[in-house]
Amino acid sequence: MREVHTDSIISAVESLFIDANINLSQGVFDALSQAIEKEESSVGKEVIRELINNANIAKAEHMPICQDTGLAVTFVEIGQDVHIVGESLTEAIAEGVRRAYKNGYLRKSCCDPFSRKNTGDNTPPIIHAHIVPGDRIKIVALPKGGGSENYGEVRMLVPSQGKEGVKSFVIDMVTKGGPNPCPPIIVGVGIGGNFETSALLSKEALMVPIGERNQDPATAAFEMEILDAINKTGIGPQGYGGTVTALDVHIKMLPCHIASLPAAVNIQCHAHRIKEIVV
Amino acid sequence: MEIKKIQTPLDDSTIEKLRAGEKIFLSGFIFTARDAAHKKFFEALDKGENLPFDLRNQIIYYCGPSPAPPGRVIGSCGPTTSGRMDAYAPRLISLGLKGMIGKGKRSDAVKDSLKQYKAVYFGATGGAGALLSRSVVSSEIVAYEDLGPEAVVKLGVKDLPLFVINDMYGNDLYEAGIQQYRR
Repeated sequence: MREVHTDSIISAVESLFIDANINLSQGVFDALSQAIEKEESSVGKEVIRELINNANIAKAEHMPICQDTGLAVTFVEIGQDVHIVGESLTEAIAEGVRRAYKNGYLRKSCCDPFSRKNTGDNTPPIIHAHIVPGDRIKIVALPKGGGSENYGEVRMLVPSQGKEGVKSFVIDMVTKGGPNPCPPIIVGVGIGGNFETSALLSKEALMVPIGERNQDPATAAFEMEILDAINKTGIGPQGYGGTVTALDVHIKMLPCHIASLPAAVNIQCHAHRIKEIVV
Repeated sequence: MEIKKIQTPLDDSTIEKLRAGEKIFLSGFIFTARDAAHKKFFEALDKGENLPFDLRNQIIYYCGPSPAPPGRVIGSCGPTTSGRMDAYAPRLISLGLKGMIGKGKRSDAVKDSLKQYKAVYFGATGGAGALLSRSVVSSEIVAYEDLGPEAVVKLGVKDLPLFVINDMYGNDLYEAGIQQYRR
């Protein structure tokens, strides 16, 4: 059995969150570069040019891409042949987040729901852990801003609403958000499972690289159909009007109860910050 | 795109020339304030106290920057969603506030106030905080330091890139833009 000390988890999480917040991943950068070509509005093009400049400045000057450096969402895949030694894994991840947000000059955006008192160190992180085969630990850091997260929702649809019901739910959420979640957005759609898995699926869908399609051809076609409908809303970059409202739509699906059709939408802003590491 | 240069404090003749959809470069001083600071402004006003700065002809930027790294004036400093401040904006506009910078739609009440009092709502590009930080030349905490990223900070800006979203004539870039590109 392979041993992993939590000290290495702490430093991995620290560097992941700093890296994710400062260096826009190449996939998102390329998608923005292509979006300039697709965008018909001159104001829309100008906005995307600002976003590309912003990504370059952030990298060169070691500054966060966006001041909203998010809640610290982590997905952890723990190989079943790994033995974790040191402190608790949960505390190690929290300590990594604490160090990242302090040492990386990232904004602490975590507060009490009612008193609104800031927790001061951007903890607790949000941790989704899965047990997988193997002797490695994969950690994904997904700092998630509040502006886009505010336009997520779970809806327990009636089975008869079917695909059309899901599609109009997604369009409804995108339209409701309009300029607020910072388009061009990336849309994660979770379909099936139950109430809470649909929400988790919608978040996991955001982790699929831009441009990659669902392996099931019918679902892949449905992704493209929804993307096309979103880009016909006219919302455009920053909501100033245009033909590029979303960079991509990803669907994750699971079987569900015979009485239900759970669906969830999770919206991500263009500053789609995601980095992963295998320990 | 043609870019108009404007200067704070904002006077009526400057505001009269602005139209929704224009890109502008703003120079002068602006004041950051978001959710918690607005709540405190209202508590002060309700008690009959003065606000921490004179609002007249000034601009509020809905922004909670990331911490300034050593040697820098400010961290990343893009806009937050303005709609959360809709409940507060009309009263501040009636007291002389002439401009707001943020992102996202405003309520009808805010847009009506822009018309009634000759004021303007600008959009800074959300998620372009590193780019925007380059236009900030000075930063000085004015009030509510205990609010951390939500403190009121007076920012000196040079050529801050903005778009006019709502002008004083009732034009709305969001509505016009969608109308033009909806298929």
